Amino acid sequence: MKKRWISLYVENQIGVLAKISGLFSSKSYNLESLTVGPTGDETISRITIGLLSDDATFEQIKKQLNRCIEVITVMDFTNTSILIKELMFIKIKNCKSEQKNQIFQIAQTYKVSVRDYGKNSLTLECVLPEKENNRLIKLLQALFGECEIVRGGSVAIETNSFQ
Amino acid sequence: MQIKGTELFVKALKCEGVDTLFGYPGSYDMDILDALYLQNDIEVILPRHEQGLIHAADGYARSTGKTGVCLVTSGPGATNLITGIATANYDSVPLVCFTGQVTTHLIGNDAFQEVDIVGITRSICKYSVTVRDRKDLGRIIKEAFYIASSGRPGPVVIDLPKDIMLAVGDDIYPDEVFIRGYKPNTGVHIGQLKKVVDILKTSEKPLFLIGGGVPISCANGSLTKLVNHTNIPVVTTIMGKGAIDTNHPLYIGNLGMHGSYSANKAVSNCDVLISIGTRFNDRITGKINTFATYAKIVHIDIDPASISKNIKVDIPVVADAKAAIKALLEITDHYQRPDWISAIKSWKKEHPLEHSEATGLTPQKIIQQINSLFAEAIIVTDVGQHQMWSAQYIHMSDQKKWLTSGGLGTMGYGFPAAIGAQLGNKDRQVICISGDGGIQMNIQEMATAVAYELPLIICIFNNSYLGMVRQWQQLFYDKRYASTCIRKRKSCQLQCKGPNPNCPEYSPDFIKLAESYGAAGIRVRRSEDIKAAFDQAKENKKAPTIIEFIIDSEELVLPMVKGGQSLEDMILEC
Repeated sequence: MKKRWISLYVENQIGVLAKISGLFSSKSYNLESLTVGPTGDETISRITIGLLSDDATFEQIKKQLNRCIEVITVMDFTNTSILIKELMFIKIKNCKSEQKNQIFQIAQTYKVSVRDYGKNSLTLECVLPEKENNRLIKLLQALFGECEIVRGGSVAIETNSFQ
Repeated sequence: MQIKGTELFVKALKCEGVDTLFGYPGSYDMDILDALYLQNDIEVILPRHEQGLIHAADGYARSTGKTGVCLVTSGPGATNLITGIATANYDSVPLVCFTGQVTTHLIGNDAFQEVDIVGITRSICKYSVTVRDRKDLGRIIKEAFYIASSGRPGPVVIDLPKDIMLAVGDDIYPDEVFIRGYKPNTGVHIGQLKKVVDILKTSEKPLFLIGGGVPISCANGSLTKLVNHTNIPVVTTIMGKGAIDTNHPLYIGNLGMHGSYSANKAVSNCDVLISIGTRFNDRITGKINTFATYAKIVHIDIDPASISKNIKVDIPVVADAKAAIKALLEITDHYQRPDWISAIKSWKKEHPLEHSEATGLTPQKIIQQINSLFAEAIIVTDVGQHQMWSAQYIHMSDQKKWLTSGGLGTMGYGFPAAIGAQLGNKDRQVICISGDGGIQMNIQEMATAVAYELPLIICIFNNSYLGMVRQWQQLFYDKRYASTCIRKRKSCQLQCKGPNPNCPEYSPDFIKLAESYGAAGIRVRRSEDIKAAFDQAKENKKAPTIIEFIIDSEELVLPMVKGGQSLEDMILEC
């Protein structure tokens, strides 16, 4: 089982998201994250999917996606140079002022920003690769206990720097 | 010119060459039926239930090669199509299913007879969409027919809200389609086929495995040429049956769970397996890791997702079956493999499918009589033991057609599909072979067959059980016949080990049932009466005939490979 990233161009129509997510559930594929948004062309949406699978299943997933009439292009990012980021908000509650200082230091180290400063809480906005967000969550939970977390799923784009 | 949506609908169907439409009225498709009422080019057939309706459209499509067209109302009309859509989807049958829908401003409000049919059918059809704007109507219908019939064919669902169909708009029906996400493969990768030729050169035991993709792409004739040209023996799946004459000297039989001994042996022992148009369903492979262990596997299929899905393939070829077979004809040789051919012949002799010693009225004798009396029939089966016996014993030639629900295994399919086949082939004899269980799942279509004066012959193999499940219960469940005895009544004991002289009367009486519908009914209990029954049925040219064959409930389908076992582990006798 390996983590993989796929990006799709799909028709921007009602039901297309349900079609894609339904494909994963009906075939028991392991979907980890899915983001969808408009593109420069208003008739086309772009979907970024993170999934866990073995090699054979991954080949099948790509073929099944390609089979969908509404899917225009399937891009496999497994061996592609990409920029990939995930937006995450994380709220640390019940923190005292020395803990807040510590959080600011962590934010600086991880290159994330403090976006909300409450009496007893801080909220970080993190735009990092998924793995780094995972690390940051672990660290903050170890230091401050339960945090409120909202993750947006990753978006990815191919880079041209090495071509 | 400005016309109503319903008028554009009729125009579109005429442009697509539709001559038959299977329709059932309701609040939300009656406007379309009203428009169809005013013309004579498209015959509108009224079945008695929407499930029967879609199976009839399916039988029409499979037997004519044209796209089957359904029109039903919203809500229950639409949901009654579900089983038929899934059946067609599995067996790659081109259908366009139009469903009525509540007016667009009511969608999502739980209006009367509203269901999200596009959502419900998403995972069981090739494409489904609601028309939300009158200006898209023509384009969407054009795309529906194109998608349904091209590439790997399949069912398409088009949901038509009432207000869209009543709205006035342009009368343009496009000539061409452009769908940026759908470009079915039309070419053949000749480099891949050359690899096939390379491995054939050194192969000592080559074998063709032919699935439903070959008949679908009308490649039966080309396949026979290829088999003659290469001298390579052939096994077929249930769906591929009839792709080559069953009397062809190189034809071995069907493989799989109820395949012939020789076909399963051939697959297990071959060294090159050239499979065309099959999905390697678990019913044909048995235990995956013992399937064709010694073979290099070539897989030719129009659907890339079918390749290396269940079986890891050595040479994948994404292509239409006919195009690939024609290309192979150009580059292959005649391969003399006398040892291999004689090994297959000796397996055939060792355990032939046909038994000669059986006494009484047996399925084999009935089917043999069909073989000798009907050289040019369309054979349609339901699902169960009778289907497997038919798959084993029916002789196929290029004068015959074979329709069966292979992938989904839909009981209730056979009879309505036979109605559709007869409507599409008015001059041909259509024979439906069903069980006493399956026939009752869509028995209401007797009224349709009578109404349209269809000279169908409906053979009911009555063993008073849901026989295929009963067979499993006999073999693997210690004869606990749970819920399989159709005679069982309130007065019966809870547990019962099988028929005895005190069993209640069978219900219904199929002869009286036939008569009550205005059809003919003949009951056959002895093998010597089979021929006379068929002769009598043949004379009944303006109405269907039911022939009820009373067969032994202990009659089993053999050989049998238990689910999940290796193809070589066949139960040959009990």
